[in-house]
Amino acid sequence: MYNFNYHKPKTVDQAVELMNSCDDPKILSGGHTMVPTLKQRLAQPSDIVDISNIGGLSNISLEENGSRLNIGSLSTHYNVSNSDTVIQKIPSLAYLASQIGDPQVRYRGTIGGSVANADPSADYPAALLALNATIVTNNAKYQAEDFFVDMFQTPLSENEIITNILFDIPVTGAYVKFRNPASGYAMVGVFVAKYNSSVIVAVTGAGPKAFRLSEAEELLTKSFDVNSLSELKIESDGLNSDIHASSEYRAHLVKVSLQDAVKIALK
Amino acid sequence: MKLVKMNVNGSDVAAEVEENTLLVDFLRDNIKLTGTHVGCDTSQCGACVIHMDGQAVKSCSILAIQAEEKRITTIEGLANGGELHPVQKAFQNNHALQCGFCTPGMVMSAVDLLDKKPNPSDEEIREWLEGNICRCTGYQNIIKAIKEAV
Ligand SMILES: Cc1cc2nc3c(=O)[nH]c(=O)nc-3n(C[C@H](O)[C@H](O)[C@H](O)COP(=O)(O)OP(=O)(O)OC[C@H]3O[C@@H](n4cnc5c(N)ncnc54)[C@H](O)[C@@H]3O)c2cc1C
Ligand code: FES
Ligand code: FES
Repeated sequence: MYNFNYHKPKTVDQAVELMNSCDDPKILSGGHTMVPTLKQRLAQPSDIVDISNIGGLSNISLEENGSRLNIGSLSTHYNVSNSDTVIQKIPSLAYLASQIGDPQVRYRGTIGGSVANADPSADYPAALLALNATIVTNNAKYQAEDFFVDMFQTPLSENEIITNILFDIPVTGAYVKFRNPASGYAMVGVFVAKYNSSVIVAVTGAGPKAFRLSEAEELLTKSFDVNSLSELKIESDGLNSDIHASSEYRAHLVKVSLQDAVKIALK
Repeated sequence: MKLVKMNVNGSDVAAEVEENTLLVDFLRDNIKLTGTHVGCDTSQCGACVIHMDGQAVKSCSILAIQAEEKRITTIEGLANGGELHPVQKAFQNNHALQCGFCTPGMVMSAVDLLDKKPNPSDEEIREWLEGNICRCTGYQNIIKAIKEAV
């Protein structure tokens, strides 16, 4: 690992000010992507700005008259999966958090770090798309559909800090993950969310970025049951193909996982 | 260099280290507690699991300075004097180790599991050990040991 200067600011403003005065700073929250990256010498930041001591970024609460769920960016996967509020309001989101990596990773990894990293096989991107999330930073707000631009690419500028994420609360929903048995990441993950008059289907792991399946959304909006999906054809064009799975296999997994997700959402 | 202080197995410790020092190296090289192992460079094997403020975490994926002022327990801190911790005893009784390389991490994860879920099912034990890899035992006796320690 290359060496760096280390800082642990107490407020968002301090962190931003500090980063603006550094050559090539990087934010550190749970560190479970950043530290492995540093170990492999895949990054050489001049300064590491540890935001884990900033107060007020790990709250989980209901906002906008109870219509949206707010999760602070420093909330760990462990805290999201065990939060009574999340379990009560969006159980599928709590379940998703419980499927990330392993218990040790879930104690440390944060929702803000995962979202900022925009790994194409990470789990949260599917939830953010399906739950119409708003990503709030120290100086902007982004809608999830504008946020996952490409593999590891987001509209975040260099020294921008995600402070919290707001989610719509669906009538019902489910997340089904086909995990890569070696890495634990999603080979394919499908999140389905049913609202009063619409349905959103979002897929992670299968392509270079998380995406929505509009054809499936139309079919399920007409009638929310597994039979509506019988004619659905998932094209393998543009899906990932690697040593773990071909694009055809991934396309197949998307459909099967979606069917399972609809069944779970109806339970 | 930075002076990093923490509490390890009940004692306050401090050492002057480079910012890029991993917690596992701090424990092994500076504090000379070599029971915590390093088995991979991908944060996947769990040989390095220790407790930080009561949670089982991978010390190979945490910087020593991130552990500043934290309460750390390593495998060396589990036994009560000469009396092994019930999980350690159960591993011994059930032949839950062969080469022993994964064992410190396995035991630390198992202790954390029983702390959070005092009566886990087989499935819950297996799921909890997702981040601990053993290349010798085939896991059966590890599961048996953890059940005995319940
Ligand atoms: C063994 C292992 C298995 C894993 N399995 C999975 C899995 O199955 N599914 C999955 O989704 N993930 C998985 N992960 C990734 C894990 O969830 C990470 O914790 C997460 O991706 C990053 O969160 P972090 O808090 O650790 O971020 P860090 O590592 O601290 O940071 C990650 C990146 O985000 C930036 N960043 C961090 N916080 C913020 C913020 N608030 N605002 C702006 N930028 C920020 C950092 O600068 C850095 O570039 C796994 C990781 C490991 C080590
Ligand atoms: S050494 Fe393998 S997970 Fe830490
Ligand atoms: S006993 Fe040898 S790796 Fe587990």
